[in-house]
Amino acid sequence: MFSRYARRKYTDVVVRAACVAAAVLALVPLVSVLYYVTSRGIGGISLAFFSELPKPVGESGGGMANAIVGSCKLVFLACLFGVPPGVLAGVYLAEFGHSRFGKWVRFSADVMSGLPSITVGIFVYSLVVLQTKHFSAFAGGVALGVLMLPTVTRTTEELLRLVPESLREAALGLGIPKWRATLRVMLRTAAPGIATGVMLAVARVAGESAPLLFTAFSNPFWSSGVNEPTASLPVNIYNYAVSPYEEWHRQAWAAALVLLVLVLLLNVSARLLVRSRVGTR
Amino acid sequence: MTIGSPSRLARPTSRKGSTSDDSRSRWDEVSVSTLVPKMRTEELRAYFGQAEVLKGISLPIAEKQVTAVIGPSGCGKSTFVRCLNRMHEVVPGARAVGRVLLDKQDIYQGDVDAVRVRRRVGMVFQKPNPFPTMSIRDNVLAGLRLNGERPDDPDAVVEKMLQRVALWDEVKDILGRAGTGLSGGQQQRLCIARSLALEPEVLLMDEPCSALDPIATARVEELIHDLRKTYTIVIVTHNMQQAARVANFTAFFYLGKLIEHDRTDVIFTRPKEQRTEDYITGRFG
Repeated sequence: MFSRYARRKYTDVVVRAACVAAAVLALVPLVSVLYYVTSRGIGGISLAFFSELPKPVGESGGGMANAIVGSCKLVFLACLFGVPPGVLAGVYLAEFGHSRFGKWVRFSADVMSGLPSITVGIFVYSLVVLQTKHFSAFAGGVALGVLMLPTVTRTTEELLRLVPESLREAALGLGIPKWRATLRVMLRTAAPGIATGVMLAVARVAGESAPLLFTAFSNPFWSSGVNEPTASLPVNIYNYAVSPYEEWHRQAWAAALVLLVLVLLLNVSARLLVRSRVGTR
Repeated sequence: MTIGSPSRLARPTSRKGSTSDDSRSRWDEVSVSTLVPKMRTEELRAYFGQAEVLKGISLPIAEKQVTAVIGPSGCGKSTFVRCLNRMHEVVPGARAVGRVLLDKQDIYQGDVDAVRVRRRVGMVFQKPNPFPTMSIRDNVLAGLRLNGERPDDPDAVVEKMLQRVALWDEVKDILGRAGTGLSGGQQQRLCIARSLALEPEVLLMDEPCSALDPIATARVEELIHDLRKTYTIVIVTHNMQQAARVANFTAFFYLGKLIEHDRTDVIFTRPKEQRTEDYITGRFG
């Protein structure tokens, strides 16, 4: 009797220790990436990094102002192309998605969310770049937008399903047409959650380099409008990191740090947004 | 907390029933044979998929009276009221056949717009369901606004409706706060105000008090007493005392059929059907 109890105690301790160890192990990559990128990148951060264009090889100094602006531009375009169709598709799935077609849409959204981002890059390359015959921020935005689409669609669907059915009934019971009940009551109620989903999707695509290689390409100068090749932080990190120049390596680390901080900020603020919503209920 | 005098409560075991002066004066004016129907269902059948939950209901709904629908769980009473404003068909796979007349017009006829029917026949649900993204004020106006109407003086509408449901004094200083922050009973009165803002002719109440405590229930019942001067009310309840307290007419449903419909005092004191008597005396259900 006693020995069985002792063995249970022993098992409990062992399993618990294993769980704690696994949790620590999972934290190791995150913490070490944060630490390593910060320690290597902090040296390259200066006011010039945020305000100046890249200098030619051989000259020291210079910055990545164009890439920071370019990344913002690309993310903005991605939202423009990815969010409206994503949200509307999510509404379709939540409201009318019981059909065979709905199942098919849901399935392809799930498949799409696992699509390698480089594939999307090639797809948009043939779809946009080959047609317009030049790289552009527009093409880059389309590529990132396509990547956002499945996340936004599924998040919207899931969150609309979380809105209590009683609210829909309340709206319909007031003689409000279904389309307006969906937009003004259901979507409105789910809006904070959908915004969070969009921000998480943005955080994901902001760090993508592969789909931009053949679409937005890169640009050592300012790009005007959306029809020119555009620099972005992830692509710059890649280009600078594979270069043979020490100065460029330093800049790549700094860019990595800036990108990391941007993505972390997006993630944290998305989560805070959710928490503040839950708190007021 | 007293709601109505004890003489109004059912004393079903006594066949003589409550024929005290008090209750007589209350009932004299109306009877089933002379009632003026605001609505009337004829051979109404409702289905969920293959299952028939209403098996041919023919029932008149008296104008500016309260009609209670009672019966054991699953007897189809909720489905019945949801058929009266075409909310039944909102559920996937649900449909209804038969006729439901509103002022002599069949609301199930092909060219009738369900949305318009629901504006004339308002509904209050079992669980209070104010819109969580809207303030108290906006909740009252929600029906008008989401129907694309802009009242000339929205503040006056808000005050009038909240006065009508006796909620004004409690919320007049917090109109900007979320409707979901109120107590359950206040929320339910807010939902009633939201329905009344559309000036419906009929108000359907699907167990409006079953999520409320006794005090809040009493407030809502008092409100029903006031509202029946202006509106035709149909209330579903599983609480027979409540039916006895608020309703002029009572319909007893059992297994999707209308067993008996009569003046409330008749139903509770000298029902014609054995099954009605069994139910109200608590022998089943």
